[in-house]
Amino acid sequence: MKKLKVLGLGILISSFLTISSIADQIKIGTEGAYPPWNSKDSAGNLIGFEVELANELCKIMKHDCTIVEQDWDGMIPALVSRKFDAIMAGMSITGERMKTINFSQGYADEVASLAVMKGSKNEGLKTMSAINLSNVSADEKATLDVLTKAFKGKTIGVQTATIHQNFLESGLMGNIKIRTYKTQDEVNLDLSAGRIDAALAAAVAFTDYAEKSGKGVVLTGPTFAGGDFGNGVGVGIRKGDSKLLNDFNAAIDKARDDGIISKLAIKHFGFDASM
Amino acid sequence: MDFDLMFTSFPKLLGATAVTLKLLFASLFFGLIIGLLFAILRLNKNIFINKFAYGYSYVFRGTPLLVQIFIIYFGLGQIEYLRSTFLWVILKEPYWCAIIAFTLNTGAYTSEILRSAFQTIKPGIIEASKSLGVSNKIIFFKIQIPIAIRQSLPAYGNEIILMMKGTSLASTVTLMDLTGVAKYIISTTFKPIEVFIVAGGIYLFMTFIVHNIIKFLEKKYYFNS
Repeated sequence: MKKLKVLGLGILISSFLTISSIADQIKIGTEGAYPPWNSKDSAGNLIGFEVELANELCKIMKHDCTIVEQDWDGMIPALVSRKFDAIMAGMSITGERMKTINFSQGYADEVASLAVMKGSKNEGLKTMSAINLSNVSADEKATLDVLTKAFKGKTIGVQTATIHQNFLESGLMGNIKIRTYKTQDEVNLDLSAGRIDAALAAAVAFTDYAEKSGKGVVLTGPTFAGGDFGNGVGVGIRKGDSKLLNDFNAAIDKARDDGIISKLAIKHFGFDASM
Repeated sequence: MDFDLMFTSFPKLLGATAVTLKLLFASLFFGLIIGLLFAILRLNKNIFINKFAYGYSYVFRGTPLLVQIFIIYFGLGQIEYLRSTFLWVILKEPYWCAIIAFTLNTGAYTSEILRSAFQTIKPGIIEASKSLGVSNKIIFFKIQIPIAIRQSLPAYGNEIILMMKGTSLASTVTLMDLTGVAKYIISTTFKPIEVFIVAGGIYLFMTFIVHNIIKFLEKKYYFNS
């Protein structure tokens, strides 16, 4: 009987050992609903810029990686509770998120933009073509004034827990109604159905949708960067996981030097969004 | 465990409970009317009316509430023709879409609860009334309906509790109900356990209230048929 107990204990311990001995296997979480960053094909396989980049980075790090899907609004809690070890989901590096998790250096960046339906009064607003919120100049202030006037009292849709939502809530857009959605797909659906007057997201999220759906979604106003829009998109990593953080930073350096990030960015975005 | 967050999020969640209760009462009210109507149709001898009422309850009890709310909100929103009709005034608003979905869903269950309650009424009671010369109208309103309501109380209490929890799906169509606000707080604090414990506690408390009201009514209207 005692032998059996010892045997059982042995099996138990060895099963724990096997789990810890495959630590080089890492799981990367992505949303699979934010094209062209990450999305799914019709068969349900994860595809997109970050899926391909993750595989390249893992090759460089010599880690055995699996990419898993996670809803956007539970992304950071899932990382913290160890459902996976890294986030590559078009997640911008922001001070607010840095309170909870760490980020690698940025690997790509792209601007945000408002979108409306063709024929909307706010189509083709006369503004600067781009503004940077880190250091707002007088011209940029004037552009923001145009926007607050144009969208006064309007309903703007945005995906929940994003830099875009933070910006809309910052008050820089003035008096607007904000409606939050679980996914960008739902924002696009309600924009084209006319339930919301405008939407804010990464500019490519709209152009990609307009191209694939044939719906008359058009960008309007300036593109946004800086300030609430963060410092580019990086790999999210649990605090204290410094080895993995260093691995990712080194791998991103290597991938950038080898031109892998640029090449993948041009393939998926149509322009070089790498950084 | 972040107790500070639990304290600070409590008033916000309590405020959102008002939205949850509004959704619940509106759908229960309309659902009860529809349920009663379809229960009566189910008891009709005409096979077409009967089958139509059965079809309604079959479809809405046989599909998930989440699917129903998605079809009504995102599905109907895609039909261009609909957007040019007056219906769009209602369907444009997530609030009404949610109420329509909840009403149709709870209406289907309520019709089944009431139908079975009507059917449990012993024929002898009705026959006795008829033999005393009581009119059909009075039999229906003063005898059948009160008995049916009493018979259906336990099952209907259950339905109220299920519907209350069902309103959490309103958060999937952008409404800021109790669950919607809980998710919103989580999206800025990244602390799901604390916030969901508080939100869950509020749901539990509402269940406690409903449960006790039903228990009280059951006792009050107790009779041995």
